[in-house]
Amino acid sequence: MENQIILSPSPHLESGESTQRVMLDVIIAMVPACIATVFFFGMPAVIVMAACTIFCVAAEWACNKIMKQPTTICDYSAALTGLLLAFNLPPSAPIWMCFVGAIFAIPMAKVIFGGLGYNTFNPALVARTALLISFPAQMTDWRAPGGFVTSAADLKSMATPLGELGTSLMLTGKIPESFDLAAYFLGNQAGCVGAASSLALLLGAVYMFYRKVITWETPVSFIGAAMVLSGLLWMINPETNANPIFHLFTGGMILGAFFMATDMVTSPLSSKGMLIFGAGCGILTILIRVYASFPEGVAFAILLMNSAVPIIDRYTKPTVFGTSAQKA
Amino acid sequence: MESTKYDAKSFKGGLHPPDDFKHFTDKKAIEVCPLPEELIIPLSQHIGAPAKCLVKKGDEVKKGQVIAEPAGFVSLPIHASTSGTVKAVEMRLHPYGTDSMCVVIEPDGNDEWVDGLEGIDPEKATIDEIKAKISGAGVCGMGGAAFPTHVKLSPPDDKKIDKFLLNGVECEPFLTADHRLMLEQTDRMMDGIQLVKKVLGVDEACIGIEVNKPDAIDKCTEVGKSQGVKVTPLKLQYPQGCEKRLIDAETGREVPSGGLPMDVGVVVQNVGTVAAVSDAVREGKPFIERVVTISGAIVKEPKNLLVRIGTPMSFLIEQCGGLTEEAVKIIHGGPMMGNALPSLDAPVCRGTSGVLLFGKDMVRETKIGPCIRCGRCVSVCPVRLMPTTIYSAISYNEVEAAEEACANDCVECGCCGFVCPSNIPLVQAIRQAKNAIWAAKS
Amino acid sequence: MLTAIIAVGAVALFFAITLGLAAKKFHVEVDPRELAISEVLPGANCGGCGLPGCSAFAKGCVEGTIEITGCPPGGAGLVEKIAGILGVTADASEAEVAVVICQGDNVKAKNKYKYLGIEDCNAAQQIAGGPKTCPGGCMGLGTCQRVCPFDAIEITEDGLAVIDREKCTGCQKCVPACPRKCIVMAPISATTHVMCNSNDKGPAVKKYCTVGCIGCTLCKKKGSEEGYVIENFLARVDYEKKAEDINAGIEVCPTKCIRDFATEGYPEGSKLVMPNSVDQAS
Repeated sequence: MENQIILSPSPHLESGESTQRVMLDVIIAMVPACIATVFFFGMPAVIVMAACTIFCVAAEWACNKIMKQPTTICDYSAALTGLLLAFNLPPSAPIWMCFVGAIFAIPMAKVIFGGLGYNTFNPALVARTALLISFPAQMTDWRAPGGFVTSAADLKSMATPLGELGTSLMLTGKIPESFDLAAYFLGNQAGCVGAASSLALLLGAVYMFYRKVITWETPVSFIGAAMVLSGLLWMINPETNANPIFHLFTGGMILGAFFMATDMVTSPLSSKGMLIFGAGCGILTILIRVYASFPEGVAFAILLMNSAVPIIDRYTKPTVFGTSAQKA
Repeated sequence: MESTKYDAKSFKGGLHPPDDFKHFTDKKAIEVCPLPEELIIPLSQHIGAPAKCLVKKGDEVKKGQVIAEPAGFVSLPIHASTSGTVKAVEMRLHPYGTDSMCVVIEPDGNDEWVDGLEGIDPEKATIDEIKAKISGAGVCGMGGAAFPTHVKLSPPDDKKIDKFLLNGVECEPFLTADHRLMLEQTDRMMDGIQLVKKVLGVDEACIGIEVNKPDAIDKCTEVGKSQGVKVTPLKLQYPQGCEKRLIDAETGREVPSGGLPMDVGVVVQNVGTVAAVSDAVREGKPFIERVVTISGAIVKEPKNLLVRIGTPMSFLIEQCGGLTEEAVKIIHGGPMMGNALPSLDAPVCRGTSGVLLFGKDMVRETKIGPCIRCGRCVSVCPVRLMPTTIYSAISYNEVEAAEEACANDCVECGCCGFVCPSNIPLVQAIRQAKNAIWAAKS
Repeated sequence: MLTAIIAVGAVALFFAITLGLAAKKFHVEVDPRELAISEVLPGANCGGCGLPGCSAFAKGCVEGTIEITGCPPGGAGLVEKIAGILGVTADASEAEVAVVICQGDNVKAKNKYKYLGIEDCNAAQQIAGGPKTCPGGCMGLGTCQRVCPFDAIEITEDGLAVIDREKCTGCQKCVPACPRKCIVMAPISATTHVMCNSNDKGPAVKKYCTVGCIGCTLCKKKGSEEGYVIENFLARVDYEKKAEDINAGIEVCPTKCIRDFATEGYPEGSKLVMPNSVDQAS
């Protein structure tokens, strides 16, 4: 072609980053947790992860086709949502629930808001919450880690540590005598597919920091605020309140702080905003865990804070260079 | 890098491009570019009113002759860069991309100077005489914006200037013209500094140089020691060469939004500009040539050339041995803030710091994706804007929202566009917002 | 049970009285003619009248601050209706539609470079004057399409804006939106247009466009002296003249840049179908 010359606006150099790469990096960061969950829960976890991912990608593709828009599954965002959704389901979740989850996540929580970049709420968490409310029995059917088993029936039922805490409080008015914190940290606990092993999740988080996919503000303030609040409660009454380390390594705290709250689309833009957002998530998580009827609060906390993002953005605009003197 | 060697200063925000691409030309001494077959001299080469043309087709002109006179205070005369015949006064491709009125000169090869160009003795001359020499020679900022220098040197009486900064940062990747000038023409530059110091009535001058030019830092420190000129080493950080960033890095003063450096008592000049000031005052030599970096991976021999204003870019490429493959992008200026050109027919003008040629591997044809709100543009913006907010405001034609987001404060440094993973041309969007705001007001 | 009924009833009564009083106190007198006009207006709030919406236009009509012919989408029919409501007489002017006077898409006309950037004609125009070599040619980046409140503009696959003559209401929003000024208003009855907007001389036009007007004046000389005006090397149809006169120029145009929409339909590449084009052709 004769028109080989290209003109574009400045800058003419670029970092080489792409949305696709960002999404792929997050998926790569989830690989250690995937391996860990297969190690603890076996085939059921594999099935949930595969089903959610496939259904989400298919849902995205179907939406593109129905709306006659270019296919967007190549940006990996649907695959990421699918995997995150799987991470938020119990390993015993039946396949039909993965399907319903995908319908909540992609068409309902993402596409009708305008697609990638326009959704107010984290699609995976919307799906998880919708499933939890619609199918409470299946969504709280927790199983004990049982090694590499072929079907969920081979896994024994077991309460999550947070569930155990609640039951104990209800029955005896006190929290259990001791926890096996080391086991929780490694992932040897009942829980969601991806949330079990804090160690594996942290490995992934290190990769995301290395690739600069996430910044420190949200996770640090999330965990920091949760630790401070749970620490205060624990100091006030250690008999009815678990210690902060217990809160850190159980439930979805690590998953939420590093993988869900850091979702770029649904978190604030500025660093100040991210600090406020993270702190809000942390405080709400602990409040829900301690005072509300649900044993786990990470998903609700993040969704609530998602809805506050526009207002946080509005009030945390950076002071434009050269205007600080005028404001002071 | 060598940042440990110096106690280097910097500013907040901006970015650190992984490769500054300066290795193509930073060791290459400035060469004099020969006379081309045709010189295309645009009448609009500076910020402010275009000059009024004084010649017509068929006129004989001499080197240094005024061929267009200034139209107002913020305007400059234009001079012939060599002797010859005016071939045409017509619309030609301007280095900023659009067609604009140019005087086309066919050189006679004698390169004969016009009579009556004389310098003055700065020791005896008054400040106004020196300023008249500077404006008469058509000296303007050589960093890119091409603001008439005499205007910058004439602050209103209520603005007291106590600092004179020199911009030797050259933070744009690829460009090395200022770097070579600081190394090779240190004395000429120092002389210019003394003259400007006299005009401004300040005792102290500081040259800001980034630490990727250690040879220039050492040379200028040594030469400047006896002349009251200090060198401030600066950390590698783009866009440190932006005036307000440089002032922030060197003095910590914050130029108010919409204000000028003189509002905080500072005047900034490019190192090349002060060298041109020296020529203008001592020899009466007009601003008809400048150092230009011709670079890019597809240029056979990238060079720093001393080029006459009006030399077509295609001629510069010939001087550099041609190209190894067909150019996909031609850039006038630096890669971060320069503009792309449709052809090499455009000439070098006073604001041309470089001509860059990119092959296929440097141009990624990716589609613009949706903003995923990653916030990277916000974290790199040196002016602390929220580029994505302005982008979304202007996409929905919400001009007021764009203005509220301070679109007019943007310096168009390109950091946001550089980091954007969705490949959104944020600078272009902000430029559109600025146009829309301006249109709404008028 | 009784207490509940009484309590709810009391609350209902309280609100009924409060609301009733409030409605009386804050009552706003609206001229019934204003409401009547609002009802006959197109209701798209396109802003074509220069006011911020249809209700503002209705108010303006009643108050006499704006001409009742000021609603471009409404056309002659609307003017009659408003005149009836207000009890005045008005000369109805003929309705107009917008026409893109360019058919040089990316196949027929050359681009001087490939543009990468925001999909917007104004943004592209800032970069070396836009990719299309022809200074007046349509760039097909869809700025007019996005400002059109009636969804009447199509961008063809080869990058040319085409305006649907049925959907276009003549609101004129697209006219100032085009940085190359290649959208003009023409009476709806005029179906023949010179589809070129380049003021360059013939040889220059030939270099970059196969369907541009080269200013040869043949339409005027061999076709009809009456029907065409030639200015700055560009012919244009004098819409006031008779259709036979104008159509006489079509055959003689060497670059085929005079198009009769009624017989030839929309420019090539458009998916639009000219209304009744078959009937008129037969």
